[in-house]
Amino acid sequence: MTAPVNPKKLIKGGLHDWEVVIGMEIHAQVTSRSKLFSGAATAFGAEPNAHVSLVDAAMPGMLPVINEECVAQAVRTGLGLKARINLRSVFDRKNYFYPDLPQGYQISQYKDPIVGEGEVLVDLPEGESITVGIERLHLEQDAGKSLHDQSPTQSFVDLNRSGVALMEIVSRPDLRSSEEARAYVTKLRTILRYLGTCDGDMEKGNLRADVNVSVRRPGEPLGTRCEIKNVNSIRFIGQAIETEARRQIAILEDGGRIGQETRLFDPGKGETRSMRSKEEAHDYRYFPDPDLLPLEFDQAFVDGLAAGLPELPDAKKARFVSDFGLSPYDAGVLVAERASADYYEAVAKGRDGKLAANWVINELFGRLNKEGKGIEETPVSAAQLGAIVDLIVEGTISGKIAKDLFEIVWSEGGDPRAVVEERGMKQVTDTGAIEAAVDAIIAGNPDKVAQAKEKPTLLGWFVGQTMKATGGKANPAAVNALLKAKLGIE
Amino acid sequence: MSALNELTLAEARDGLKARSFSARELTQAHVDAIAEARALNAYLVETPERALAMADASDARLAAGEGGPLEGLPLGIKDLFCTEGVATTAASRILEGFTPHYESRVSENLWRDGAVMLGKLNLDEFAMGSSNETSAYGDVISPWRRNGSDAAIVPGGSSGGSAAAVAARLCLGATATDTGGSIRQPAAFTGTVGIKPTYGRCSRWGIVAFASSLDQAGPIARTVRDSAILLGSMAGHDPRDTTSVDIAVPDFEAAVSRGVKGLTIGIPREYRVEGMPAEIQALWDRGAEWLKAAGATIREISLPHTKLALPAYYIVAPAEASSNLARYDGVRYGLRVPGKDIVSMYENTRAAGFGREVKRRIMIGTYVLSAGYYDAYYVRAQKIRTLIKRDFETAYAEGVDAILTPATPSAAFGIGEKASADPVEMYLNDVFTVTVNMAGLPGIAMPAGLDAQGLPLGLQLIGRPFDEETLFAAGQVIEEAAGVLARPKVWWA
Amino acid sequence: MSVDAQTVRRIAHLARIAVSEEEVAPLQGELNAILAFVEQLGAVDVTGVEPMTSVTPMRMKRREDAITEGDRAADIVANAPETEDGYFLVPKVVE
Ligand SMILES: [Mg+2]
Ligand SMILES: [Zn+2]
Repeated sequence: MTAPVNPKKLIKGGLHDWEVVIGMEIHAQVTSRSKLFSGAATAFGAEPNAHVSLVDAAMPGMLPVINEECVAQAVRTGLGLKARINLRSVFDRKNYFYPDLPQGYQISQYKDPIVGEGEVLVDLPEGESITVGIERLHLEQDAGKSLHDQSPTQSFVDLNRSGVALMEIVSRPDLRSSEEARAYVTKLRTILRYLGTCDGDMEKGNLRADVNVSVRRPGEPLGTRCEIKNVNSIRFIGQAIETEARRQIAILEDGGRIGQETRLFDPGKGETRSMRSKEEAHDYRYFPDPDLLPLEFDQAFVDGLAAGLPELPDAKKARFVSDFGLSPYDAGVLVAERASADYYEAVAKGRDGKLAANWVINELFGRLNKEGKGIEETPVSAAQLGAIVDLIVEGTISGKIAKDLFEIVWSEGGDPRAVVEERGMKQVTDTGAIEAAVDAIIAGNPDKVAQAKEKPTLLGWFVGQTMKATGGKANPAAVNALLKAKLGIE
Repeated sequence: MSALNELTLAEARDGLKARSFSARELTQAHVDAIAEARALNAYLVETPERALAMADASDARLAAGEGGPLEGLPLGIKDLFCTEGVATTAASRILEGFTPHYESRVSENLWRDGAVMLGKLNLDEFAMGSSNETSAYGDVISPWRRNGSDAAIVPGGSSGGSAAAVAARLCLGATATDTGGSIRQPAAFTGTVGIKPTYGRCSRWGIVAFASSLDQAGPIARTVRDSAILLGSMAGHDPRDTTSVDIAVPDFEAAVSRGVKGLTIGIPREYRVEGMPAEIQALWDRGAEWLKAAGATIREISLPHTKLALPAYYIVAPAEASSNLARYDGVRYGLRVPGKDIVSMYENTRAAGFGREVKRRIMIGTYVLSAGYYDAYYVRAQKIRTLIKRDFETAYAEGVDAILTPATPSAAFGIGEKASADPVEMYLNDVFTVTVNMAGLPGIAMPAGLDAQGLPLGLQLIGRPFDEETLFAAGQVIEEAAGVLARPKVWWA
Repeated sequence: MSVDAQTVRRIAHLARIAVSEEEVAPLQGELNAILAFVEQLGAVDVTGVEPMTSVTPMRMKRREDAITEGDRAADIVANAPETEDGYFLVPKVVE
């Protein structure tokens, strides 16, 4: 990397400043009904060994047959990462013994992956953005699951995951802080979810990261890296990097050396530790799987998939900025989830885009967050929120009333226009009624009226009183104008 | 009428159709013969009840005028084919106690066509061997003996149980597999006919894998016609095996009587190996004469990379085997020998479960794939494989229809005679057969004479990809020209 | 190339086959005999030759994404040396 070092991203050690260099290998479970090489289901949460075929259990004489949808999903993902699609790729065997690896090898792609170099544009909070290089994406089988806490002497093995398709997405070591790393995973997850190629559910382990961390003095060559295996939340990715970088810095500043190794992040203890089981030098003896021919397809297959791709977040964001006049920040928030973006678009269609964005981001997202709900669970539909926005723009209700209305629709439902009608929430624009209220307040508070001439900020108090008297329904602009005239404020 | 188990498969089929005897009678004759021939150790598992029940079902279908192409014909199954509900061992201790809940595609095809299962046949452990001396369940003894000797002779391997059982009339035909010569070499050693079809002709699904890119199933039978009938049932596309080919299975039996008029038969000069016994050379010359007499043109050809096939095979096959046999780890089926932790459980299980030859091959395979050696060994061997295949393509492109070679460099040897410390001596048995596997071609071995000591000798014909028909046609010519050969005297009953 | 005793032990461990001390020397001899036999391949000029990937030239067939197997846990574990509640049991694995 020749990019200039950003001093803000350096970590202060006891003696020096250090630059952390991060590369990631993301394992993303391919969204498919059945496994990569067998017809067993991929669904989560089945009874032990229920979603296991003879192939997945590596019974003698069983042979893999590739799932065409998994191939298509990998190609779609490659296209979404603006990557080179390899029309010919090869499945290799990675040989090692482990109880949750029934064949004694994992079918993976080593020398010739299905997808080559690509890139991901990552937005950072301060409006900055970086491009992270993708080295490759390959298809491979997931392993089964071993439970170690069922018995003091034995591990329990469940092969339900065994053979589920994974995409391993390998980034270049282009990340320079835990924040960048988190933003990268967040963005990658967004892209995968848009594409529908991985649901990104990290709690279920459907997206997990191996994080390669090294540190160096700025300008120096890359340091020795340690790989932190299987980190399964974005927050933990950040913590693991911070922890590991500090561990390495402490060793180096002590005059020590970093040994290349595989480590595990323990969020409870806030430390990374060496993985004993992976300590042994591995010799995976990769070779092309003789049960599988090379995977070949033509450009027309790729073009067909490209034509069916949805609009991706970067394009959508740009369009929201240009079509709806949104700030890049707001547009970014809205496109983070495809469902949110779709919701927003439904609200914004034929309406003021900015006002719609305010309502979606501030009111709706705020409320959803408070309840810990996702956009899919919103009780207020895009049509309902759109109606609320319409009522504001027409002047039928004030912004303040609109918030009450939103609350009612949120908890009780209903057509917002009908609710406004039934509950008499309409804004009062009849100046006669407002004038009566204003007059009453002026008559009742002669001292305040006298002060107001010198202290125009008192206007706010009068506005408040008027709104209170009218049950919040008075048109604020009308109230303001009347008060100013009657109090003689400029 | 001679005993029913003396019939050829074609004769038995025709006799059943004519209702000259019942499938039950035919099966019972084999069940009895098997019971008397345990000294040969050809069957690892006998399934007489199942056989008789299947025979009764066949009789019912035959009576109803239904019946498939193999209706009521009793066969033996090499114990490398998984058979539902019947123990499958690959002749290894590591599969002790394993009973598949599935049926191999090839055996399933046979049952679909009405065949009757007599039991599971012995073999070299995991099909690794050329003498059937590596089976964990004891050597198979050939029904053949040298003139005036009662020394035990090997039936060849790895399909030694299949070859011995067919030669000794313990079944009408048998399934077998061939990775480097395991159908053709035992066929040659026992005076039977064995064909390894083109790679992809038969499904490998449900056959315990040895070396995936080389393994092919095929039949061993007593005549060329019988082998054609059996292959017709065994072959066929299987969507569960990506390497099986989606092309129609020809009428192999119809090809048997086609003759060789107008065909060009190649005689590869590189098969004239140093130290080849004179009687093998004579046999080979005679074979060429027979084909010529039947109207074929004989042409000397060159397959320059022939001598590289065996060493390349001993890289490719062990490499694939080392990986294919990793699944035998004591976790999901078969033998488990406890250890202090998971690693020692693996190591103890595999040390106790695999025999010497299998361990040797796993270790060679592990070595040639390991870091730093992969390119020098494995990749190089696969390049040489390309060269070997190219040799054949060139010959076929120049108008050769099939290639005639000896099947083996010698007749069968005695049990224990090749138990030297140098495993390569045994490997040399496959020097004429292994090229065919390396190139994925079809090859047939059929008896062509006896050696001075009265043991059978075989010739091999190698065909174009998916042209097994020419092999049956030419094989039939040789079979007829060779005439009725002596057969093993029954010493075991 | 030939293997020494240490390599024999390393290979055996990679292949997860316990080898006693007495077995090392004979194995070493046998493996070296095989390696000596395959040595002749080293002399062949293979420049420009593609390694064989599939002996029968064909396109790899693919399956459609349908659930066609599963729900036979009892069969899957039926042959296992040790099972409990539908799981395979192995000596405890320490991570
Ligand atoms: Mg990795
Ligand atoms: Zn991976």
